[in-house]
Amino acid sequence: MSPSPSPSLFGALFVRDLRLALRRRTEALLPIGFFVVAVALFPLGVGPEPQTLRQIAPGVIWVCALLAAMLSVSQLYGSDFADGTLEQLLLTGGSTTLMAAARATAHWTLTGLPLVVAAPLFGLMFDLSSAALRILALTLLLGTPILSLLGSLGAALTLGLRSAGVLVILIVLPLAIPALIFGTGAVAAVDAGQSAGAHLSLLGALLIVTALGVPPATAAALRIAVE
Amino acid sequence: MLSAPSSFNLSEPHLAARGLACRRGSRLLFSKVDLALCPSELVWLRGRNGRGKTSLLRLLAGIATPEAGQVLLDGSPIAAAHERSRRMVYLGHQHALKDDLTSAEALEFLLRIHGRRSDRSSVAAALDHWGMLAQADTWVRRLSQGQRRRVALARLVGEQDASLWLLDEPFDALDADGVERLNALLLQHLQRGGAVLMTGHQAALAPALQARELDLDDCAA
Amino acid sequence: MSSQRLRLFTFAAPSRFYSLSGSLLPWLWAAAALLAALGLYIGFFVAPTDAQQGESYRIIFIHVPAAWMSMVVYLAMAGWAAIGWIFKARMASMLARALAPSGMVFTLIALATGSFWGKPAWGTWWVWDARLTSELILLFLYVGYIALVEAIDDVRRADHAGALLAIVGAVNVPVIYFSVRWWNTLHQGATITMSAAPKMQSTMLLAMLLLTFAFWAYAFAIVFVRARAIVLEREQDAEWVRGLASAARRAA
Repeated sequence: MSPSPSPSLFGALFVRDLRLALRRRTEALLPIGFFVVAVALFPLGVGPEPQTLRQIAPGVIWVCALLAAMLSVSQLYGSDFADGTLEQLLLTGGSTTLMAAARATAHWTLTGLPLVVAAPLFGLMFDLSSAALRILALTLLLGTPILSLLGSLGAALTLGLRSAGVLVILIVLPLAIPALIFGTGAVAAVDAGQSAGAHLSLLGALLIVTALGVPPATAAALRIAVE
Repeated sequence: MLSAPSSFNLSEPHLAARGLACRRGSRLLFSKVDLALCPSELVWLRGRNGRGKTSLLRLLAGIATPEAGQVLLDGSPIAAAHERSRRMVYLGHQHALKDDLTSAEALEFLLRIHGRRSDRSSVAAALDHWGMLAQADTWVRRLSQGQRRRVALARLVGEQDASLWLLDEPFDALDADGVERLNALLLQHLQRGGAVLMTGHQAALAPALQARELDLDDCAA
Repeated sequence: MSSQRLRLFTFAAPSRFYSLSGSLLPWLWAAAALLAALGLYIGFFVAPTDAQQGESYRIIFIHVPAAWMSMVVYLAMAGWAAIGWIFKARMASMLARALAPSGMVFTLIALATGSFWGKPAWGTWWVWDARLTSELILLFLYVGYIALVEAIDDVRRADHAGALLAIVGAVNVPVIYFSVRWWNTLHQGATITMSAAPKMQSTMLLAMLLLTFAFWAYAFAIVFVRARAIVLEREQDAEWVRGLASAARRAA
């Protein structure tokens, strides 16, 4: 019997992750719940003045999306590490890079994609114009995969550590700053009546570079952690 | 000795290691470990707790890299990772079964990622061999330790490709019936020319298996 | 019985480093003190008052070298950590660990002096200038690295994980700097920059140069001190370390 060809390894891992998450639906929705609560805190803290809210909206939504994505990322590898599945995965001889990509994709499907759908709704709470809302959704669509990828790298580095949750945030946040800047910049540009083209292209380029560069680094981090 | 035609390479030791050394932290657990596992041989790895039995198994499986020394699989160094996967089965002390999957799903996943037959009938047959067919659709977290061990060991049923079995405490939590079944599986594998390296309680090993001992206490650094 | 400790080929490197650094240290401290004294004297007493900024500009003699060092040290740290990871060179990993706290301190100095510089000009203690913000993010990168390596108990895993993180950080630094500059120009239209450094007269340049070298010498000295401590700790079961310890005990 030939070893599992890599695409099917990707598929098997992806499907399994989704299946596991669906069996724990409440836990899977926790990051979204966090996002909702965190976003709602800002108007309460800053005041309901529409002008102010419109200005801070892209930043607030992006930062909360960033934090929400980081919350669930440690579990990505944590349980596999604890019950020996990670060892078995590394033994299959399949591409570890592809495995890392599969986990990041599963994480994005479970956390990032709902955020992309939910965020514009919250943009309404902040009185963003419809053009701005569209761009916001687009930047999140491009940006949340970057966050999932960076998060998976952080999770792999902090595998099995006690304070992994906070550590991941500390490690990943500086690396996510460019995405944050380009993403919020795009919305601000549209709000000011300018084109968001430059920001979106930069964000897109960032996504491509991250998608190509981070999974191999994550694979290396996994091997470091397991050895 | 061989009771059935074997697809295994019988001319070389299935596993050979020379001068293996393993570190934990900044110390050496053991060094200059040499071993060879010939076809139809079962080696029982023993030593006190903390001597590095599991570490040695992981080194031999290729999960960890040794501090020194070399591991040879069927005469050649562990090269391509997928080749290793085809020729060897490693069952760790932990089951690698996810709590939120059913036993059938968990087993199917493990078989699938290792490129073994993972269709419904194969999985059912493997579970049935261990008397776990009735629990095929039970969540793993509802199974007892012994039952989980059975599901984990079900990977060995119908294992045709791997000539080398590396088992870490396979008898753990098994009842008398389970012990018997495992012994039978091991005997069958040995008779086909396979080799087994395992840790755990020797008392459970059937005498027919003619286990050879390797004591890590002698190799302590 | 005493178990055999790691005694492999790279073993020679830590002991050689230890003796070499030991002999270099006094010179490094002396050089640092001398250059610093000279540089500070020239910077604070000899260099002329700036037409626009008065006396307050003098803080850049400390700010600029500190900022440079914070960058250089990060790259050095990432480089040594990478060598330690790829070539399994333990001494390289130890150097990387020794560099991190110093790099962080330089970053803090750069931020603090940057703040002091900005206050007279802008009236605020902090300004979101592109360079200062990038320096702040560099601080976060240092904090992340140190937090990671301190959280991992296994020394080798800590070294290698830190190396990976440092490399990822180093690769990201240009991207981060570019994005921060982009962000800066976007939001205010006009660029907010720190009070531009005054046109450098030769004495000012001399002071800056002297203090830069002083920082270098200091950095080497303090990193060597830290690295020596790490070497002693990690190699404590090695024969040469035990020899040192017993010699020290006999002398006491």
